Amino acid sequence: MAITRMNSAEVTKKVFNKEQLFILDVRNENDFQDWKIEGENFEYLNIPYFELLDGVEGILDKIPTEKPVLVVCAKEGSSIMVAEMLSDAGMAVSYLEGGMKAWSEHLEPVKIGDLKDGGEIYQFVRIGKGCLSYMVVSNGEAAIIDATRMTHLYLEFAESIGAKINHVFDTHLHADHISGGRKIAEKAGATYWLPPKDATEVTFAYEPLVDGKDVEIGKVNINIHALYTPGHTIGSTSFIVDGTYLLSGDILFIDSIGRPDLAGLAQDWVGDLRESLYKRYKDLSEDLIVLPAHFMIIDELNEDGSVSEKLGALYRKNHGLKIEDENEFRKMVTENLPPQPNAYQEIRETNMGKINPDDEKQREMEIGPNRCAVR
Amino acid sequence: MENLKANVILDAKGLACPMPIVKTKKAMKELEAGQVLEVQATDKGSKADLKAWAESTGHQYIGTLEEGDTLKHYLRKSSSDETIEKKHPHVINNDELVAKLDSDENLVVLDVRETAEYAFNHIPHAISIPLEELEQRLGELEQDQEIYVVCRTGSRSDLAAQKLTEKGFTKVLNVVPGMSQWSGETTSFVK
Repeated sequence: MAITRMNSAEVTKKVFNKEQLFILDVRNENDFQDWKIEGENFEYLNIPYFELLDGVEGILDKIPTEKPVLVVCAKEGSSIMVAEMLSDAGMAVSYLEGGMKAWSEHLEPVKIGDLKDGGEIYQFVRIGKGCLSYMVVSNGEAAIIDATRMTHLYLEFAESIGAKINHVFDTHLHADHISGGRKIAEKAGATYWLPPKDATEVTFAYEPLVDGKDVEIGKVNINIHALYTPGHTIGSTSFIVDGTYLLSGDILFIDSIGRPDLAGLAQDWVGDLRESLYKRYKDLSEDLIVLPAHFMIIDELNEDGSVSEKLGALYRKNHGLKIEDENEFRKMVTENLPPQPNAYQEIRETNMGKINPDDEKQREMEIGPNRCAVR
Repeated sequence: MENLKANVILDAKGLACPMPIVKTKKAMKELEAGQVLEVQATDKGSKADLKAWAESTGHQYIGTLEEGDTLKHYLRKSSSDETIEKKHPHVINNDELVAKLDSDENLVVLDVRETAEYAFNHIPHAISIPLEELEQRLGELEQDQEIYVVCRTGSRSDLAAQKLTEKGFTKVLNVVPGMSQWSGETTSFVK
């Protein structure tokens, strides 16, 4: 049997469409437990490739024949080896092109909706890591929010729809992924905006993004309104785009809320976080569509693969928004926090411009899930 | 690390996963039990993989040294160490030795493991003489001194203690079980 190659875009479609897939993950057990390809109807078997060097006979009866089988490893080499062995044993299998490395870097653009006076807003779903970034387009101009380091994908996408990138924003100084914002701004000749309170240690020039600041895109005046909402970081800023969309950064997610500890100040910022979620957001229209900077679990995806929900619905459903007692809230966001993202300190320093790791190192720093939320 | 000896050096530089492990597995077959293999690789993932592979196959992962872009992994082929009956009559357990070292750090501790094992983790001030070099290097030790012989599990040190006794050393104690369970202070030549 011949083996076939499956790329991250094809696997993403299977996630979005809730298709069945059997994943034979041949990475180390702890790597698999830490982070894997998530899909509602995916089944898994984890056997490190080095335990299969003498043959796959021992696992043949564990691999189904009635559904597609995908062999996955870190980069792809080992998955090809194992896929070939399975193929020699008469099984039809695929391997994941580029492995988990490619999976971590795959971005799937999903259109969220049209803007009132023409233009669109797109969400870039980084399916493997749960990062969400955005492109707002109007009349040939584009703004990007919370870009990942795969900068060429945004540049190519903007070009494909004939838009010039004029503004690039980061809602806060990210700790889970390396921002591509500054690089995109340089390449496109755009303005790079950062909240000044998160930027006290940065080594580069930026435009300060402050509360109440309005930035317009396109001649038809798509308005991006900055709203200071500290808590995840001291500078965290949300955006209201076109009066319709609330880009909540790492403050509010669909099924969870931001964690206040990644810059080391959980106790100090918990009050800010509560104020942002229980007062500042509460004063906004319930009809705003919340577009966060992350999803944590695959259940947060909508039918079309996008991640969004009305603010009013979140006030009804999101546990993190329904804690009356302030002490209980404080406890929830400062105790029993999930493990911190891999290399988050180094990622912060990279985003400040203090260190400049090469591509390979950046990739390594970002391996794993994002873990920016508490539930 | 000029004093970090390996019996065989395997060059897996420039090779991507799974090749470093495939080659290591093959090279390991050629080695004799207890011998040390140095695997040179540039694939960053090789460290975690070799460690996990060694654990699953029973070989001993000693450690990894980073030299620029090259990772030097040290592995020791599994031996039937643990099953051999220990014969040297005078033994001291780890805890007793820790207590003795607390009061007298100038005790003579003789570490008879391979240099690579010693380099990554040893008792401070311990003298390193691998078992197979012991006979030629007896001159480095004094016959009437108290000598605490240590290895990983107490087997090689047992052989060393017998050898020393045979050569006229009178106060030789075998440390059991040895470094595999050592909870006292240690030091290392590598970061």
